[in-house]
Amino acid sequence: MNFAYYPGCSAKGSSSDYESSTQAVCRALDITLEEIPGWNCCGSTPAHAVDTELSAALCVRNLDIAARQGADLLLTPCPSCLSNLRAAARRMEKPAFRQRVNELLDAPAAETFPEVTSVMQGIARQIDRETLAARVQTSLKGLRLAAYYGCLMSRPSELMRFEDPENPLLMEGLLSACGAEMVDFPLKTACCGASFGIPERAMTARNSGRILELARRLGVDAVVTACPLCQMNLDLRQKQAGRACETSFHLPVLYFTQMLGLALGLKRNELGLNKLAVSANGLLEKMDNLRRADAVEGGRS
Amino acid sequence: MNDAIDISHVRDAAFTAEVEARSGQKVASCYQCGNCTAGCPAGFAYDMQVSQIMRGVQLGLKDSVLKSRSIWMCLSCSTCSQRCPNNIDVAAVMETLRHMARKEGHITVPKVEKFWLSFLNTVRAFGRSYEIGTMVLYMMRSLRVYTDVDLAPTAFAKGKLGLLPHLTPGGAEPVERIFRRYRERAKREGGRP
Repeated sequence: MNFAYYPGCSAKGSSSDYESSTQAVCRALDITLEEIPGWNCCGSTPAHAVDTELSAALCVRNLDIAARQGADLLLTPCPSCLSNLRAAARRMEKPAFRQRVNELLDAPAAETFPEVTSVMQGIARQIDRETLAARVQTSLKGLRLAAYYGCLMSRPSELMRFEDPENPLLMEGLLSACGAEMVDFPLKTACCGASFGIPERAMTARNSGRILELARRLGVDAVVTACPLCQMNLDLRQKQAGRACETSFHLPVLYFTQMLGLALGLKRNELGLNKLAVSANGLLEKMDNLRRADAVEGGRS
Repeated sequence: MNDAIDISHVRDAAFTAEVEARSGQKVASCYQCGNCTAGCPAGFAYDMQVSQIMRGVQLGLKDSVLKSRSIWMCLSCSTCSQRCPNNIDVAAVMETLRHMARKEGHITVPKVEKFWLSFLNTVRAFGRSYEIGTMVLYMMRSLRVYTDVDLAPTAFAKGKLGLLPHLTPGGAEPVERIFRRYRERAKREGGRP
């Protein structure tokens, strides 16, 4: 199955591991991602914080490219891109707004745009639980994981339409199909502090610290994310978060695609695990030991 | 004559109407339950809690609301909107207030705006955001040259920061043109681009 694909800027920079693992997992599941040509930044939070029409114009240029490619579904790995693209498409339904945005573009945008959804929802739409379970090469059995969605996958709820907005379970569904034990994680949709890491570190350190603290108390082997900015705040900024909580953490924070990739038996270098600031080596060793124990067990019986 | 505080001189009914019109939200239906404030992850850094901002809008307290620190510290996480029992998109109200404050030239937390503008400068220049470019521009604008230097060794070693901008194939000109038209229009209409 082929899907039009909008990687978003992080995929080409700070979250190249999300990108490579997304590509690898989709390939393994027979999903082809076709990057739309000449895409640009959606403007992210800064654009909509400054001006709604500027934000929409940046998004609509991409939606327009996808529409002209004849796509009927556009996938993006990044929840922030997804939220912005959807909000822009929604606002363009109002003729006065559409006209104001069209004035900013080279040419008026297409009348209708393809539906936009996340890579996670795209995978879940294509592959049911049994099919995914049947593709597992290396079970995640014995690993205790916390699924962390962040704000934007599910909010604003009428725009994102993502399950129970305060308790989504899609990631748990995918990873438990691979054998993992998913803990009930009450902060799964709490905010990590978003892009305030640069201008106001305390905001990000404190919010991310709270999430990491709970994950540690629940005794998880890793936190699993779907958002490049959440992943950066919880992983690269983990030391800052530890200092804010007067402690220090050592919790691997992986993208859900990296976790799925491990289960599907994909090559570890394809999954970009070496890019994690907090090493996943302990987690990988635990996995190897668990599977070795299985093999011994299996050999005995 | 009672001795209640007279706030009639600071009330601006037109402000309330403008916030409602621009945000598309019926702020009047807020009954001050405080759910938004209870769930707000940024409240610890606010000078007025989000429910107080809502009350301020109802009362037309334009100055205190538009000059508040809170509207700049809002994370846009929409927890408030999710939990409002009256279905007010509170985050949309906060965003509207930010837009209105900028228009009136009230930038209470300049470093936040500086970060946004630095990010947008890189988008205008390259068509896509450019992390190091954003950092450098932000450091120059804010004179905070040590921002995140503690992260630099890991970020570079792990290839988290691309040294070169990722250019939009076909050039960044179409994006630059969007920004140019936007700036021209904002100037014409008397806003702060």
